[in-house]
Amino acid sequence: MWDYSEKVKDHFFNPRNAGALEDANAVGEVGSISCGDALKLMLKVNPETEIIEDARFQTFGCGSAIASSSALTELIKGKTIVEARALTNQDIAEFLGGLPPEKMHCSVMGQEALTAAVAAWTGEAVDEDDHEEGALICKCFAVDAGMIERAIRTNKLTSLEMVTFYTKAGGGCSSCREPLEELLADVNAAMVADGTLSAAEAFVFGAAPAPTPKAKATGFVIPDLPPAPPAAPAPLQEPIAIQPIRVKPVTAAKLPPAPAPAPAARTSAQEAIAIARILEEMRPTFQADGGDVTLLDVDGNRVSVEMTGACAGCQIASLTLGGLRKRIREQLGRDFIVVPAPRN
Amino acid sequence: MTLAPIYLDNNATTRVFPEVVQEMVPFYTEQFGNASSIHAFGEEVGGALRQARRSLQALIGAEFDHEIIFTSGGTESNNTAIRSALAANPKRTEFITSKVEHPAILSLADWLEKHEGVTVHRIPVDNEGRLDIDAYRAALGPKTALVSFMWANNETGTIFPVDGLAELAHQAGALFHTDAVQAVGKVQIDLKATEIDMLSLSSHKLHGPKGLGALYVRKGTRFRPLLRGGHQERGRRGGTENAPAIIGLGKAAEMTLATMEQDLPRIVALRDRLEAGIVSQVSHCFVTGDRRDRLPNTTTIAFEYIEGEAILMMLNRQGIAASSGSACTSGSLEPSHVLRAMDIPFTAAHGAIRFSLSRETTEAEVDRVIAAVPAIIDQLREMSPFWSSDGGKAQFNPEYA
Ligand SMILES: Cc1ncc(COP(=O)(O)O)c(C=O)c1O
Repeated sequence: MWDYSEKVKDHFFNPRNAGALEDANAVGEVGSISCGDALKLMLKVNPETEIIEDARFQTFGCGSAIASSSALTELIKGKTIVEARALTNQDIAEFLGGLPPEKMHCSVMGQEALTAAVAAWTGEAVDEDDHEEGALICKCFAVDAGMIERAIRTNKLTSLEMVTFYTKAGGGCSSCREPLEELLADVNAAMVADGTLSAAEAFVFGAAPAPTPKAKATGFVIPDLPPAPPAAPAPLQEPIAIQPIRVKPVTAAKLPPAPAPAPAARTSAQEAIAIARILEEMRPTFQADGGDVTLLDVDGNRVSVEMTGACAGCQIASLTLGGLRKRIREQLGRDFIVVPAPRN
Repeated sequence: MTLAPIYLDNNATTRVFPEVVQEMVPFYTEQFGNASSIHAFGEEVGGALRQARRSLQALIGAEFDHEIIFTSGGTESNNTAIRSALAANPKRTEFITSKVEHPAILSLADWLEKHEGVTVHRIPVDNEGRLDIDAYRAALGPKTALVSFMWANNETGTIFPVDGLAELAHQAGALFHTDAVQAVGKVQIDLKATEIDMLSLSSHKLHGPKGLGALYVRKGTRFRPLLRGGHQERGRRGGTENAPAIIGLGKAAEMTLATMEQDLPRIVALRDRLEAGIVSQVSHCFVTGDRRDRLPNTTTIAFEYIEGEAILMMLNRQGIAASSGSACTSGSLEPSHVLRAMDIPFTAAHGAIRFSLSRETTEAEVDRVIAAVPAIIDQLREMSPFWSSDGGKAQFNPEYA
């Protein structure tokens, strides 16, 4: 079995802060049961001081997923929201005395849940709104470009295998190999341009894979690079300008939770009708792929749908939902969360 | 207090019987000569090898002992059988197998399809893991060179009706091979009464040494060696025989056969006790596979809303060794291809645990496992966002983004 550190085992067997937090006022939920791991992070934030007074988690996943969640709650308790958002998956892994490389995605999941919880607190939109389209790279595990880019930057990833270990992207059908390679090359090129990665280490799209020394699956710490000299840009390639992920600065005054925007001036019944129409328009596409999607409910900004056939699997579900969400947003002018109804 | 460890992972591999080790040792230390040599150091080797071959022949009910070819294991036997059948029937270019075979079949099938122009039919199974016979009939045709279906599934224990499947293959003029790595020693096998042309087995699954297996090839079956070399195994598999291991396997086969009639009913009873003991105490779990026709020693129980690796780590801490169909333990990211082929919902496939017994398993061990499992499941479910404490699925709909 995995060569887990004592700290990982301790946090798995004796998880800190497991269970529901009744009076949570900021919750982040990431992952899904079909994808093999999911984390619900619940925070109790003091509205005056913005200090995280309590943090609890519920996790579905393997030993390292539970340990990472436990570590995450320990790391953020007592911190302010501003301090907490500076936390990266590396901090979680380090706190645990390292994770096997194949399991680094568990620490990334922790960070993603934290990002989601912080976003819920500040009322800001989740980062995916910053992406135009094609944001979803890995359909098997529903991983979008933003998360992959963050993982590449935070952990200085330079190989496809490592990207999979850290984000799971590419770990299923591997049909996203090419866009993944492109994204890795682009992000690495940008990192070379910022001086955070040396040109020699950067992954170059289409280059023959460099023989990577086989990393043993034990405690894994990426050595800090010496500040790289502003290296010449990677040969054969135009430096590509990467749009950095924009994260809104935390505003002192907390925004009220999801105020219904006035401009659309549609009643919720009208919105539901509009959503039903969008769904009907898109159904032929789903049916052509061998599945079907039907509308169950619209509640506030949550659209529940039932997915059947090929649409129900992990692979297509996230793609379908992403596409649907985008269409709804375009037509109704505000964001909705599209969720599949629980399968019975 | 440290409890004696309990080994319930016998489908992965088994403990070598001490008697087997004892039988092997002299062939490392004294009679270490090459079986092909003339001198005294090897003079007993030839006889011991013949004896081992006969013991194995008896276990699988082969008509002739020379129908057995020793190999390096189940994987080599499978590769040899498939490549041989395709090479011996060049006019036929199709291969039929199932979706739930071991990777020792499936990854070769992928390769042959991709690089060697072979058309592969992968026959689906239903949600109890039973083969879709209609799909099999439909796939058979004048181009079928070989059919390969496993005798018993390593993950769920489900048994395929290989006798009948072999007859269907012959009606289409195709050869029939079975991967019986999990079946040999756990079910009665009498090859001479069947139409099976080739059968793979592996020594380490029946208390023999690792790195050794055998391929049964019915007399008269056209055969092409995989490994060409010396004249060993009648020119069908080159390379100096792994004499000590073969002799060990012979002993293991002899011991298995000698007590099989008493052992199998006892193993079934213990397995059923384990299964009932767990299922009656834990809600939201179910047994996978075909409960009417299964290996006597295997049960795979799917625990909903929790993940297998976490269960295994908890079991391991109590000295209980089992295995899981979960993705996390294998290093791959998706759950077992067998459970997915059976359309087991993801909510359960991630939490599937396989317990596989052997004739060494005791009632006291089974009872300890029955006592340990419910608390472990409860503890993990308490932590799961998908579980609500009043039982069943919680309202948890994480954002898919
Ligand atoms: C059904 C089946 N086939 C083949 C094999 C491979 O056998 P070996 O380990 O001897 O190569 C195994 C063992 O894991 C198995 O369970």
